[in-house]
Amino acid sequence: MLLWSRTSRTVVLAVFAVLVAVVVVAPLGTVLLAAVAGRWTGALPAELTGQHLVEAVGPEGLASLLVSVQTALLAGIASMVIGTWAAIAAHDAPGPVRRLTLALCHLPIAVPSVVVGLGLLIAFNRPPLLLGGTRWIVVLAHAVLVLAFTVSTVTAGLDRLDPAYEQAARSLGAREARVLLRVRLPLLLPSLAAAAGLAVALSMGELGATIMVYPPSWRTLPVTIFTVSDRGDAFLASASTVVLLAVTALLLFALSRVRSRAALR
Amino acid sequence: MTTLTAPAPPQPPAPRAERAPLRIPAAAWVLPPLLLILGFVGWPMVTVLGESVHDENGALSLASWSTALTSAEFRNALLRTAQIAVGSTIGALVLGSFLALVLAFVPFPGAGLVARLIDTVLALPSFLITLAFTFLYGSAGVLQAVLTGLAGPGATLPPILTSPLGVILAEITFFTPFVVRPLLAALSVLPREQLEVAASLGAGPSRVLRTVVFPEVLPALAAGGSLVLLLTLNEFGIVLFTGAKDVITLPVLIYTRGVVSLDLPSAAVVATAQVVLSLGLYSAYRFGFARRGARSATPREGAGNAALVAHQ
Repeated sequence: MLLWSRTSRTVVLAVFAVLVAVVVVAPLGTVLLAAVAGRWTGALPAELTGQHLVEAVGPEGLASLLVSVQTALLAGIASMVIGTWAAIAAHDAPGPVRRLTLALCHLPIAVPSVVVGLGLLIAFNRPPLLLGGTRWIVVLAHAVLVLAFTVSTVTAGLDRLDPAYEQAARSLGAREARVLLRVRLPLLLPSLAAAAGLAVALSMGELGATIMVYPPSWRTLPVTIFTVSDRGDAFLASASTVVLLAVTALLLFALSRVRSRAALR
Repeated sequence: MTTLTAPAPPQPPAPRAERAPLRIPAAAWVLPPLLLILGFVGWPMVTVLGESVHDENGALSLASWSTALTSAEFRNALLRTAQIAVGSTIGALVLGSFLALVLAFVPFPGAGLVARLIDTVLALPSFLITLAFTFLYGSAGVLQAVLTGLAGPGATLPPILTSPLGVILAEITFFTPFVVRPLLAALSVLPREQLEVAASLGAGPSRVLRTVVFPEVLPALAAGGSLVLLLTLNEFGIVLFTGAKDVITLPVLIYTRGVVSLDLPSAAVVATAQVVLSLGLYSAYRFGFARRGARSATPREGAGNAALVAHQ
């Protein structure tokens, strides 16, 4: 539109293609290729092999993967319950209360995740609540970090909701609990599914807070990928990353089926 | 939706039905989640501050502050963090603007696919970029092989991977989508007639961009830029995976002090300094641009926050 001559269009598109290839395609493609490469000393990987992928789901990798999935599910459920509750209650509350609640929920994403981890490490390694060294501190860290996302997704959903439905239900005599369960939550289902999807995706990839608080018995897959990469095995690290992405995609697919079922209603 | 009848009651709803007699005030419902959030989000932040002003014996002391703030390690980390954040933000703004402008104004088949691919990067863990960079630009990587092929075996790449420049390049790669997304949204509602009128009056492409497009998308650009600045200040995974001894940023310093050398008070000092820095920027982002964004066509605050969370 801005470029009227054919040559300038071609030049711009060529530069664009190179940049997209370098910035978007190359990183993703490299990790995928490295996961199945036996050697990579030239411009292209040599000897395709599935050995790294097999090793990635070997005893050590599989244990971490299961830890990651359980953490993501537990933290996702916790943040969905608290986040949905907070979002709906804040939405109905007067202005200052609403702003305070939303600001507090967003605090963990404004500061580095390592600081969130450090805070939990210090606060819950002493009475009254001792969580240090247990799996629960990892779950808590993930729940706190994804809470901001569930709250802002549900809040956005609430803002788009037509208040006429709940007003009609109330005017017909429905009590608040009934309005919530039969009108508001069903209408919010698409937002809830979206929030759950992102909660799981974020939790699966979380590294900063986890590395501050995890006990050896509860090591998530990104932390394992870091230790593998740190000892120099970039191929295994890539294969584990591919496994991480594949399992995350699988979880998201399962959640999107819930979402499409919600959309049918 | 089918279970609901259209909200058209035969008579207008009586106002008294709005206020049921036995109703807990709406503000009270916010208390349970608010208390949980205060306990699990607010309280840990307070303990970080508390830890930083106590010595090993639990007595109040500012010793950790004076040692940490005067140490060369802290000052170097602070400067390194600022350098990497500013460099990455400028890079992401330039690259992101170009990508968004092409996607918006130079239509080509597959543009939608590219836009979606750029969005996908938002959901990836950031350390993936460093892993990829090892194979692409490492000492035995693709670029080295290409260079050897072109210039003979003597030619070696400088060690970009473990240098601050390498981290900046990795962060530009990872954070550019955070600029592209709000910018594309702003460009898509820009009235095309304005561009065509300007062009028909004889303005060249660069002049149209400068005088018509740029002022219109400035809020989106500023919002995307400050978001990336915040995210790059806070970035941990990319720097950690680089594993370079001389690239120590504040988050990495917090990690090494807190977990590797188990010096919690000194980690807490660095963390407090970082929180002040990040929260200052975050407030500027939220209260400066989010409000302006609500008026113009930039994505809503919720979408901005979504992008903000997507990396952590």
